[in-house]
Amino acid sequence: MTNGSMTNKSSFKVERVNWSTTTILVLCAVTVLLPLYVTVSMAFKTQGQAVDGNAFSFPAPFSLDGFVQAWTLTNFPVGAAMSLLVTAGTVLATIVLAAFASYAIVRNWERRLFRYSFFYLLGAMFIPFPVVALPQIQLTGRLGLDNPLGVILLATMFQLSFSVLLFTAFLRSIPMELEESARIDGATTWQTFWKLIFPLLAPMSATVGIFAFLYAWNDFMMPSLIISDPALQTLPVRQNLFQTQFSNNYHVSFASYLMAMAPAIVAYLFTQRWVMAGVTQGAVKG
Amino acid sequence: MSIITTPTTTPRGSHKQDPPQQRSRRRVEPIFYLFLVPSLVLFTLAITVPGIIGIFFSFTDSIGIGDWEFVGLTNYIAIFSDPAILQSYLFTFGFSIVTVIAVNVTAFLLAVGLTSRIRMKSALRTVFVIPMVVSGIIIAYVFNFLFSNSLPSLGAAAGIPWLESSLLANPDFAWVAIVLVTAWQAVPGALLIYIAGLVAVPADVYEAAEIDGASKFQQLLKITLPLVSGYVVINIILGFKGFLNAYDIIVGLTNGGPGTSTRSIAMTVIAGFNGGDYAYQMANATIFFVVAIVISLVQLSLTRGRNAL
Repeated sequence: MTNGSMTNKSSFKVERVNWSTTTILVLCAVTVLLPLYVTVSMAFKTQGQAVDGNAFSFPAPFSLDGFVQAWTLTNFPVGAAMSLLVTAGTVLATIVLAAFASYAIVRNWERRLFRYSFFYLLGAMFIPFPVVALPQIQLTGRLGLDNPLGVILLATMFQLSFSVLLFTAFLRSIPMELEESARIDGATTWQTFWKLIFPLLAPMSATVGIFAFLYAWNDFMMPSLIISDPALQTLPVRQNLFQTQFSNNYHVSFASYLMAMAPAIVAYLFTQRWVMAGVTQGAVKG
Repeated sequence: MSIITTPTTTPRGSHKQDPPQQRSRRRVEPIFYLFLVPSLVLFTLAITVPGIIGIFFSFTDSIGIGDWEFVGLTNYIAIFSDPAILQSYLFTFGFSIVTVIAVNVTAFLLAVGLTSRIRMKSALRTVFVIPMVVSGIIIAYVFNFLFSNSLPSLGAAAGIPWLESSLLANPDFAWVAIVLVTAWQAVPGALLIYIAGLVAVPADVYEAAEIDGASKFQQLLKITLPLVSGYVVINIILGFKGFLNAYDIIVGLTNGGPGTSTRSIAMTVIAGFNGGDYAYQMANATIFFVVAIVISLVQLSLTRGRNAL
C-alpha cells in the first residue's frame, strides 16, 4: 500500500493503484452499508417522516422520539440486561471450560479417555441445534432451566467444539520446556495452567470469546425457544413485538433494532483482528 | 496430531527434567480429570441425552406430554409421504444450493478485488465483514421493511409494475429475498477464507504468467482458481451446512409464507413443539440429523489431507 505514494516519485515498474477495482469495491460496500444506513436514519426520524415511504431520506428534523418509545415498549433495560447476562455467561463459560478441557486433552493425548473425549466434544459440530431442540425445550423446562441460565448452558455447549478445536491446535504448538521449567520451580498443574498456559492462550481466548459473544448476543432461535417467560427474553427476541403490534411505528422499531444491533457492531470494530483470524483458523482446522 | 506430543517427549528422557514428565505419563494427574469432566458431563446432559431422547421418541406416538406407545417406524413411513415435509426439504435444499453459489461467486470476486492493489484496503475489508456480526433476525426485519415498503414505492414511482407489490408476498419469488438476505450475511465468512487462500498464492506465479502473456482473466481462471480450490471446497461445505439450518432470517422475512412456500426443515421441526406432533417431528429431526452426518462425512473425506493439522 506504500506503493501508492511511491509511484509518482520512484519507478513506474511498481504496479499502480487499481482505481477501477477500488471503485467497484466501494460501490459494493455501499450495498453492505445501505440497510444499516436505513436503520440509523429511520431511527432518528419523527413518526410523520418515518411513514412517508422514502426510507432513504435523511432525518429532518432529528428526533429521539423513536428511542424514547422503544426504550419503554420493549422494556429495553431488562432486555439489555438479559442479553448481557446470556452473552457474558456464554463467553466466560466457553473460554474457561474449553481451555480446561483442551489443556487436559493435549497433555494426556496418549490416554484413550482424553483422545476419545476430544472427538466426542467435536461431535457437536455435526449436530445442528434444530435436531435436538425439541427434547432440549422439554428437559430445560423440567429442570427449571427454561430461562437465560439454560440458554447459557446450551449456547456454551454448542460453542465448545469450535473452541476446543482452536485451543488444542494452539496448545500443541506450546513447547513442553516452558511448562517443565515452571514445574521445576515447584508449580502445581493448577498453578501452571493459570500462571503460564492461560496467559499464553490469550489470543485464542480472544477469538473464542468474540465468537461466543457474537453468537450469544445475536441469536434468536435458541432464546426464543428455551426462555419461556417473555419478561426474561433477550433483545433479538423482543423485536418481534414490532411484527405483531405497533407495526406502523417505523421510527420506534428501527430505533429498537439499532439499539439491539449496535453493541455487536461496536464490539466487532474493536476486535476485528480476532474475528478475522477466527474465521480462517476455524475453517482451515475444521 | 499425536505426532507432535509423543516424539518430542521421548528424546528428552535423557534430561534431568524428566521426573514430572514421566510421572504424568504413567499416571494421569487427578487434576486433569477435574479439567475435563465438567465439559464432558455438561455436554452429555445438554446435547447427547436430548439427542438420544429425541431418537427414542421418534419411534413412539408421544405428543410431548402424557402417555405414549411404541409405534415402530410409523412416523418415518408417514414422513416420506408427507407433502409438507417434502416441500420443506425441497425448499431448504434448493435455497441452500442457490445461496451457496451466490455466496461463493460474490465472495471469491470480492476477495480477488480486496487482495489486488487498491486504495482503502483495510477500511473496505472492515465494511465487508460487518454483515457477519449483525443479528440475523434483526437484519431480516430491516430487509423485510425494505422489500415490503421501500421497493414497492420505488417501483410505483418508476412505473415498474412487477416491483409495485412486495417480493415477500409472492409465493413464487419470496425465496429470492431469503437468498439475498442470507447471502448478504454469509458472504463475509466466505470472503475471509478466500482472502486467506489468495494471500497464500505466491506472487512469482503471476509474474511468470505475465511474461507468458496471459491476460488478467486467464490468470484468474487458470492460476488463481485451481490454487484456491481447497478453500472453495471448504466454503461450499461450511456454507451448505449452515444454510440447511436456516431459521432466523426466514422467520424475520416471511415466517415461512406466503402459505408454507418458504418453510425450512428447521421451521417444520420446531413447529412440532406447538403442533402436538412431537414424536412425528422427532422422526423428521432424526432424518435431518442423518442428512447432516452424511454431509459432514463428505466434508471430512474432501478436506482430509488438505490441511496440515
